[in-house]
Amino acid sequence: MKKRGKIGSIIYIAICFAFFYIPIIVTMVFSFNSSKSLTRFTGFSLRWYQALVEDRDIMSAVGVSLSIAVIATAVATVLGTITAIGLSRNRKVVKEWLINVNNIPIMNPEIVTAIGLMILFSSMKIQRGYVTMLLAHICFCTPYVITSVYPKVRSLDPNLANAAMDLGATPFQALTKVIVPMIKPGIYAGMLLSFTMSLDDFVISYFVTGNGVANISIVVYNMTKRTNPTINALSAIVIVIIIVTLLIVNLVPEAVKKRQEKRVEKNKRMMQENMDSRKLD
Amino acid sequence: MKQFKNLVRPYLIWSFILIVVPLFLIVLYSVTTGGNSLVNIQFTGENFKKIFEPVYMNVFIRSFKLGAITTGVCLVVGYMLAYVISRYSEKVQNILILAVTIPTWINMLLRTYAWISLLSDNGIINSLLMLLGLDPVTMMYTDFSVIIGLVCDLLPFMVIPIHTSLAKMDHSLIEAAYDLGAKPLTAFWKVTFKLSIPGVVNGTIMVFLLSISSFVIPKLLGGGQYVLIGNLIEEQFISVGDWNFGSAISMLLAVAILIMISIMKKIDPDENGGA
Amino acid sequence: MSNKIIELKGLTKNFDDQQVLKGIDLNIYENEFLTLLGPSGCGKTTILRIIAGFEEPSKGELLFNGIDISKVPPYKREINTVFQKYALFPFLNVHDNVAFGLNLKKVDKSVVDQKVSRMLKLVGLEGFEKRDVTLLSGGQQQRVAIARALVNEPKVLLLDEPLGALDAKLRKEMQFELKKIQKEVGITFIFVTHDQEEALSMSDTVVVMNNGIIQQIGSPEDIYNEPENRFVANFIGDSNIIEGNMIRDCLVCFDGIEFPCVDKGFKENEEVEVVLRPEDIDIVEPEKSKLKGTVASIVFKGVHYEIIVKTDRRDYKIHTTDYHEVGKSVGLSFTDEDIHVMYTMEN
Repeated sequence: MKKRGKIGSIIYIAICFAFFYIPIIVTMVFSFNSSKSLTRFTGFSLRWYQALVEDRDIMSAVGVSLSIAVIATAVATVLGTITAIGLSRNRKVVKEWLINVNNIPIMNPEIVTAIGLMILFSSMKIQRGYVTMLLAHICFCTPYVITSVYPKVRSLDPNLANAAMDLGATPFQALTKVIVPMIKPGIYAGMLLSFTMSLDDFVISYFVTGNGVANISIVVYNMTKRTNPTINALSAIVIVIIIVTLLIVNLVPEAVKKRQEKRVEKNKRMMQENMDSRKLD
Repeated sequence: MKQFKNLVRPYLIWSFILIVVPLFLIVLYSVTTGGNSLVNIQFTGENFKKIFEPVYMNVFIRSFKLGAITTGVCLVVGYMLAYVISRYSEKVQNILILAVTIPTWINMLLRTYAWISLLSDNGIINSLLMLLGLDPVTMMYTDFSVIIGLVCDLLPFMVIPIHTSLAKMDHSLIEAAYDLGAKPLTAFWKVTFKLSIPGVVNGTIMVFLLSISSFVIPKLLGGGQYVLIGNLIEEQFISVGDWNFGSAISMLLAVAILIMISIMKKIDPDENGGA
Repeated sequence: MSNKIIELKGLTKNFDDQQVLKGIDLNIYENEFLTLLGPSGCGKTTILRIIAGFEEPSKGELLFNGIDISKVPPYKREINTVFQKYALFPFLNVHDNVAFGLNLKKVDKSVVDQKVSRMLKLVGLEGFEKRDVTLLSGGQQQRVAIARALVNEPKVLLLDEPLGALDAKLRKEMQFELKKIQKEVGITFIFVTHDQEEALSMSDTVVVMNNGIIQQIGSPEDIYNEPENRFVANFIGDSNIIEGNMIRDCLVCFDGIEFPCVDKGFKENEEVEVVLRPEDIDIVEPEKSKLKGTVASIVFKGVHYEIIVKTDRRDYKIHTTDYHEVGKSVGLSFTDEDIHVMYTMEN
């Protein structure tokens, strides 16, 4: 009975994963199709990749997406990290207010955040375009950095910063030499999250942009009316980049952990040897 | 200690301008008329009254219905998947969960775009059906295609929280239930399911929230006539230009979601009395 | 003792609406091992944090070699701290933890290495340079924390309940070791603890605190033998505390009986409290003593018996190595020096 259950569960997992991955696989396969057809694979070619490189709109959108993702992530990471560090040292009122406000962009439907920003920019008479898109991205990325860094800050021994300052570190040195190294995992997680959130975003970008500034999502949205295998080529590249990044991010910590375990082992052995040699004395 | 207290100041100002003020502006726009500027505003309840016209009410009802169906499908399919995954060894579980999350990191538009080529009238699925000698089926621009797209997009948001609470569970509890004479199904309901309720609640909130406010998937897979709340808001801001009405709808959406979240949180035993 | 190194003058500290220090005056001398002793919440840790620079006093002065440093940030003070849970940097190995302060001062690497290894030798961790601090035992982490502080050659070392996390045996060892290290480096140690035995066995000076007020300052012997009030007498060691009144110098009356004593300087007939340490009372034949009673209970405590003797006024606790049967009539005897007269708490 157990075995039958196991086969059943494998089949079920396979079906679910097929549902997740078939669209992705189809996209990648047809990006190499030699014809424009999205249903019949007529032969291998790289013509859509060439078309992609030559497509001005798409290439500039890639530029916009990447540059906004990089800048927004950098700003959100710094802003979110210092806020998370400062948060635990503040009075309860300030803390609760900030945490609640910070949760608004996370809990609110994206479209509500989007129109809120759209109204804000227009009532402040800011021309919508690259800058507004960047501000909006920082706005929705920072809360994710704060939520991933803050728990790490809270779990720190509050005396660590004091210990550093006691030993002669200025507050800034205590921050960079002690606090930041200790909350690195949270910072990296927040960074990764905000980078992919920014690359992925459509709704907010769509509402706050203007002046013909478009990111990848907006270009794809505008192109879906016609079948366009160039998008498949773009998808394939994005998919490969994301999957490779995720595998590295998920497997590298494993590897690091393994190495640490080895070090622990070595330490234990050293200690053992030490004890043995003492016994001999 | 005190040295880092002031580090929150930049974000205090930033979040006030870019989070609090926009919300205030939405509320202000929703109760006024006077076009898309703040120069000559007049307070009115017209915008909210307009929502209760049958045309718009239908959009709300339709959105909630579609959200409910999507959430239901995600709950059943997702619970089973999370449960099946949680039966494996920790190492296999980690790999499977990573596999569930990978698609969510890929641009949603690109994934939705792929479904178009699969579901369209002369798409891959229909070509396969014809190869098997069956009649092609119209799938694009129907409820079916929209739900498929939504489920594919949102299923991971159901699987992850449920799996988290299932993985945390102490397996000896189920054994204890068997030991005390519970039948497998009883043991499942009384022990496994009960303990996974926090995950179910979180997953349900997430999926429902994301599905009723979505407007890209309905537009791409449901076509131009397929109007949900999200599309209605988009229309007001992008094509119609009635920002006041659009704000009123957004506000109602946000409030409805807020109420639902607080109701769902009440069900969650872990959240009761907590922060 | 030579020169004052730290002076606290009228120091107060408020947290929100709560006053945790209510006017502290204290002189700390060079080369002294001073212990702040008191129950938790008495303000001893707050004093330490003010000296270290982590808190600012609400009022009063903090002088270091005669100069007010209450506004000087911690990183500019020649004072280092050993923290309660050590606060070692887990991402650095033993060497880098100890070298942290020197590296900040951009000291030459060869000098750093030399100083670090000398310090590790002092605390008994020779050859531990490359170890991961998170894998060390509690006692070893403790030693790293001490080395990390001392390597900066501070004028004063602050220790915030550093032995609290160790087991009883290790604690004894470390007490001895700390005293040895202090003698070797020859600087002032300010030690915070709630453990009276720790305080008495290590310190040159003990400062007993309660409720943000200093109760008594003195050598361990003074504190034990001449407690100034009921709180100190109760907090340190076991005692029989008896209300009485001072007839005149060297004559005190309690339980309706007059006893000669050695205490002077009280007003005539002033109400006082008398401390009799349980180990100072002897059990004798009833007819040889003014104070008579019967043995109510006897418990064996390992080194001695603890006997409760019931007199017509109260119960006396006595520590003795002799066995006495329950119900036996006995007399209680003590010398004039064993009687210690204190002012009552109200004063």
